[in-house]
Amino acid sequence: MLLIACPHCGPRAESEFSYGGEAHIARPADPEALTDQEWADYVFLRDNPKGVILERWMHAHGCRRWFNVARDTVTYEILAVYRMGERPPALPERSYL
Amino acid sequence: MNRRYSILSLARNAFSHHQDWQEAWRSPAPKKRYDAVIVGGGGHGLATAYYLAKLHGMTNIAVLERGWLGGGNTGRNTTIVRSNYLWDESAALYEQAMKLWEGLSRELNYNVMFSQRGVLNLAHNQHDLREIQRRVNANRLNGIDGEVLTAQQVKDFCPVIDLRAGGRYPVLGASLQRRGGTARHDAVAWGYARAADALGVDIIQECPVNAIRVVDGRVEAVETARGTIETKRLGIVVAGHSSILANQAGFRLPVQSLPLQALVSEPVKPVIDCVVMSGAVHAYISQSDKGELVIGAGVDKYVGYGQRGSQPVTEETLAAICELFPIFRRMRMMRQWGGIVDVCPDASPIISKTPVGGVYINCGWGTGGFKATPGSGWVFAHTIARDEPHPLNAAFSLDRYRTGYLIDEHGAAAVAH
Repeated sequence: MLLIACPHCGPRAESEFSYGGEAHIARPADPEALTDQEWADYVFLRDNPKGVILERWMHAHGCRRWFNVARDTVTYEILAVYRMGERPPALPERSYL
Repeated sequence: MNRRYSILSLARNAFSHHQDWQEAWRSPAPKKRYDAVIVGGGGHGLATAYYLAKLHGMTNIAVLERGWLGGGNTGRNTTIVRSNYLWDESAALYEQAMKLWEGLSRELNYNVMFSQRGVLNLAHNQHDLREIQRRVNANRLNGIDGEVLTAQQVKDFCPVIDLRAGGRYPVLGASLQRRGGTARHDAVAWGYARAADALGVDIIQECPVNAIRVVDGRVEAVETARGTIETKRLGIVVAGHSSILANQAGFRLPVQSLPLQALVSEPVKPVIDCVVMSGAVHAYISQSDKGELVIGAGVDKYVGYGQRGSQPVTEETLAAICELFPIFRRMRMMRQWGGIVDVCPDASPIISKTPVGGVYINCGWGTGGFKATPGSGWVFAHTIARDEPHPLNAAFSLDRYRTGYLIDEHGAAAVAH
């Protein structure tokens, strides 16, 4: 069970949140100009790191607001929580084989 | 050449108190060069190596496994085998696997304990019931056995089930695939390993791949913990770590790695002689030959490589099991674990050539790879040997995300993913 510190409500159990996958994916400014491959990459390709992931969460059973989390996908440590629109803070490099 | 297992070999070895059994496969040092290298010594990888050697005459090949054989998802699943998938492409692929399962122990001279005890998929509401009828019709049109059972027939088939399920998950009916069942998961890996080894395949354990050398868009070699191994053909079958290997080769995959968990209870006398699955509530149950209840849950909702699984998922699954089977309420769970499954956006696998020449990928089986083990290896071996997909896996290409020809088994494949 993750303990996630919602930036608006404080620390709550994982079961109060819904998951939004990889953070910081920008919708293409001009979708009409994309090739099929570029569109497929935008729609389907996601980072899947064994290490630090930047991801979105939503406090579904609380304030219902979205925010970003930096998390280690092996140890499950939450390394940072930051608001939508903010850039991720400096994070330790972590990689595992 | 391995000695065949038989009643005579059993009797002969009894005289030496079973101390002289030959090792089931060799543990050779890796050669400098192979015609093909398979990364991943789970059931799928070993099956691929076996069919490459057996059907395509490629015997100068190696299987590289970072840990021990079958120590990943092959040894972590709930051993369920079925082929009752909705869409034609999936039905053909999983039915090919089912046909191979039906002769597998004889083919490998190794008892994989395949038990066609019947798989029930429960319906808890009218929508489930209609979906089941549609799926069974689709299965039968594809030549796959299937029946729709009424609630009373479910009770007759599996007497320990409570049809009212505490009012939370009432059972209105089910689909039944009588040819479905279970197999001994470790035996599948060991049987394929032994049979592949007998055909000359080198199986190299404790040999993680650290890098893949690509020159001019073609694979040249893999750098492993046991040195550089040259090869012109590289098959990647590593389930949850597919993204990492693909990154090493220089391309990306549309998969997400999620922990999928399972549990076993303390062993009890025979109480449930079929497989019961409820996709809607993510609870799957059968009983092993040792007497343990084998219970499968759903995936975690977030990316993770920790082989344990999230506690709320365990709780939801066991709550549903207790409602459906009140008789199990006082059972104690002995072990719980997770396996890292690679889930595709359309919940169907990728068995395909890749943007890198000579590199082939077999991944994205998500929560349902075990049942496909023989068929997966069979089509992947064809893909590697001929450098083109077999008609059965042509639709399961990496390119389908560009063309839009998805095989959307989310919710269609008898379970919700």
